[in-house]
Amino acid sequence: MKKLASLALAGLLIASGAAMAAEGQKTAKDVSFSFEGPFGTFDRQQLQRGYKVYKEVCANCHSMRLVKFRNLAEGGIFNEEQVKALAATYTVKDGPDASGEMFDRPGLPSDAFPSPFANDEAAKAANGGAVPPDLSLLTKSRPGWYGTFNQLWNGIGGPQYIYSVLTGYEETPAELAAEQPEGKYYNPYFGAGHWIGMPPPLSEGQVTFDDGAPNTVDAMSHDVAAFLAFTAEPKMEERKELGFMVLIYLAVFTALLYLVKKKLWADVH
Amino acid sequence: MAGHTKYTPTTAFGKWMHERLPIYAMVQEAALDFPAPKNLNYWWTFGGILSMMLVIQIITGIVLVMHYTPHTSMAFDSVEHIMRDVNYGWLLRYMHANGASMFFIAVYIHMFRGMYYGSYKAPREVLWMIGVVIYLIMMATAFMGYVLPWGQMSFWGAKVITNLFSAIPLFGDAITTWLWGGYSVDNPTLNRFFSLHYLLPFVLAAVVGLHVWALHVPGNNNPTGVEIKSGQDSIPFHPYYSMKDLFAIAVFLMFFAAWLFFGPNYLGHAINYEPANPLVTPAHIVPEWYYLPFYAILRAIPSKLGGVIAMFGSILILFALPWLDTSKVRSGNYRPIFKGFFWIFAIVCVALGYLGSKPADGIYVLWARILTAYYFAHFIIILPLLGLIETPKPLPASISDDVLAKSKAKLAPAE
Repeated sequence: MKKLASLALAGLLIASGAAMAAEGQKTAKDVSFSFEGPFGTFDRQQLQRGYKVYKEVCANCHSMRLVKFRNLAEGGIFNEEQVKALAATYTVKDGPDASGEMFDRPGLPSDAFPSPFANDEAAKAANGGAVPPDLSLLTKSRPGWYGTFNQLWNGIGGPQYIYSVLTGYEETPAELAAEQPEGKYYNPYFGAGHWIGMPPPLSEGQVTFDDGAPNTVDAMSHDVAAFLAFTAEPKMEERKELGFMVLIYLAVFTALLYLVKKKLWADVH
Repeated sequence: MAGHTKYTPTTAFGKWMHERLPIYAMVQEAALDFPAPKNLNYWWTFGGILSMMLVIQIITGIVLVMHYTPHTSMAFDSVEHIMRDVNYGWLLRYMHANGASMFFIAVYIHMFRGMYYGSYKAPREVLWMIGVVIYLIMMATAFMGYVLPWGQMSFWGAKVITNLFSAIPLFGDAITTWLWGGYSVDNPTLNRFFSLHYLLPFVLAAVVGLHVWALHVPGNNNPTGVEIKSGQDSIPFHPYYSMKDLFAIAVFLMFFAAWLFFGPNYLGHAINYEPANPLVTPAHIVPEWYYLPFYAILRAIPSKLGGVIAMFGSILILFALPWLDTSKVRSGNYRPIFKGFFWIFAIVCVALGYLGSKPADGIYVLWARILTAYYFAHFIIILPLLGLIETPKPLPASISDDVLAKSKAKLAPAE
C-alpha cells in the first residue's frame, strides 16, 4: 500500500519534472484549416475526401467508436440516402437473436463505426503490442503546440498535429540510428517521443478522390485531419452560431441594463 | 432615499398570510429594503455574480446527471454521448465545465476585494470565515467534478490528490484506502465522488444562506470602510443594487459566453479527452488552473507531509486573517503601505499559479519556495506589523461626506 502511494507520488514528481511536450517533439506545422477562428466552418468537400482517406486507410487499424454513421448526415457531409447506403456496406455484429445466436447484419445510420479489431488484445497482437488510438477525439486530445498564450490564440493545434505526424516521417538521423527500436519509425512530430509504431500510412496517389482534388500525401493528410476535427467536435458550427446569437443578445441586453441603471442612479449623491 | 420601512400587509390575503408565515415581510426587509451603503463600487457585484453562478452550476449539473453514467466503463462514453447525442448536451456540458472556472474567477475577485477593503474585520469576522468555508467546499466540489468524465487527467488528478492523505502519519494509508473505497482509484472512488459532487453544491447553497445571514447583521462593508452612520449614507438594496448587480451579471455573462462558445476547451486539459488508463501515466499531471497556486506550495516543500501541511495551511490561514491584521482601519484606500503590500501579495498569488503549471525543478522550485515563504509572511509577519507601524490617512467623517467630496472633485473644472 505504502509502496503504491509513494510510487504514485514519485510518478507525480517525475512526471511534472518532464517538460510539457515529450522530449524531442517538434512543434506541429501551422497549416491552416477552414474551421479555425470564430467564423470558421467545415469545408464539406474536404470532409468527404477526409472520410474517404479514413475509410480506405486509417480504418484498417484505427477504431472510431464514438462516431455514428448518422453523424455524417447531421454534419452535412453526405445526405441521408447516401449515409444509409454507406452504412449498409459495413457489417455489424448484433444479437443475440431469439435462438441466442449473435448474427451479422448490414449497418444502419444509427450504428457506430465498427472497430477493426474485436478487442484491445486483438488490436495489440496485430499492431506490435500497442492499440492504435481511437480516432473519435484525437484532434481534441493531442496538442500540436504548447504555451498558455499560444494555445489561447491558436487553439491546441490538434488537427495540425495529425497533419504533421502524417506528413512528418523522416529518415532516422544518423546519431539516433543506434537507438531506433525494432519496428518503429522516426517521426519528430509524434507526441510520445519521436519513435512511432505506425508505418508511414499514406503514399502519393493512394486514395482517388471523386472530386478530382489532388491526392498527394500532403493533401490527403490535410483532408483527413479536417475530417478528424469534425469527428471530435461535430457540433462546432452549431456552437459558434449559437455563440454569436447569445453574444449579440447579451450585448443589447447589457446596454439596456446599463441605461436603466444610469437613470435609476442619477438621483443618488 | 427610503429608510428601513416596516412591512404592513395591505390586502386581506396578505394579512392572513402575514399572521401565519411572514415570508413577504422577510423578503421585504432582507432583500428589498435592506439598507446598503450608497458608495459600493463594481467590486461589490461579485456576490451577486457568484449566486448566479451557483444556480447555473446546479441547474446544468442536474440536467447533466440525467444523461451521465457514473461507472468506470461508461463514464467517459456517457460524457461523449452528452456531447454528441443529447439535444444541446454540448452546451450543458461546456457551460458546466467552463462555469466552474467562471465561478472561481468570481470567487477570487470577491476574496481579494474583501482583503483589500478589510471586509473581514470586526464585526464581520464570522461572515469572512463562512466565506472561507464556502471556498473550501467549492474546491472539494470542483475537484470531484473534474474526476467524473473519467479521462486521463481525471484519473491521475484523483490519484495524486487522494494520495496526499497518505502523508498523514500512522493513519495515512488507512485514510487513503477509505477514501478510495479500495486499494486504488477505481469504480468505488468514482461512485462516491459522483455522490458527493451532487451533494456538496446543496451544502454550499445552505452555507451561502448563512453567509448572507451573517452579511445582513452588520450590513455591507464599503470602499471607505466607514460604517453607515445615518440614513444619508444608505440606499435600499432594491432597486439600486439589484439593478447594478443585474448589469454586472450581464457583463459577466458575456465574458462567460465568450469562453463557452469560442474556447470551451482552453481552460481544461487536452489529455482529458483520452479515456482514463491506470497503466499509462500522463507526461504532465497538473490540476485545473484555480488550484495551481496551492499546487505550487505543495511542491515547494521538500517533504511530502510538509507540503500537504503547507498547502492546507495556506487556505486555513485565511480563517485567522481577521485577527492577523492588526490595523483598525478597514479600507486599503486609507492605508498607504498596506496598499502596496496588497498588490505584491496579489502578484505573488498569480506567480505561484504560474509556477504551479511549470515542472517542479530547477529555478521553478526555487521561486516557488521564495514565494511560498512570502505568502505565509504576508499573513504572519507583514499584516500584524503593518497595523502597528503604519499611519493611515484620515478617514472621511461619513460615507456621505466621501461621496460628496468625490462628486465635487469631479465637477470642479480641470486645471
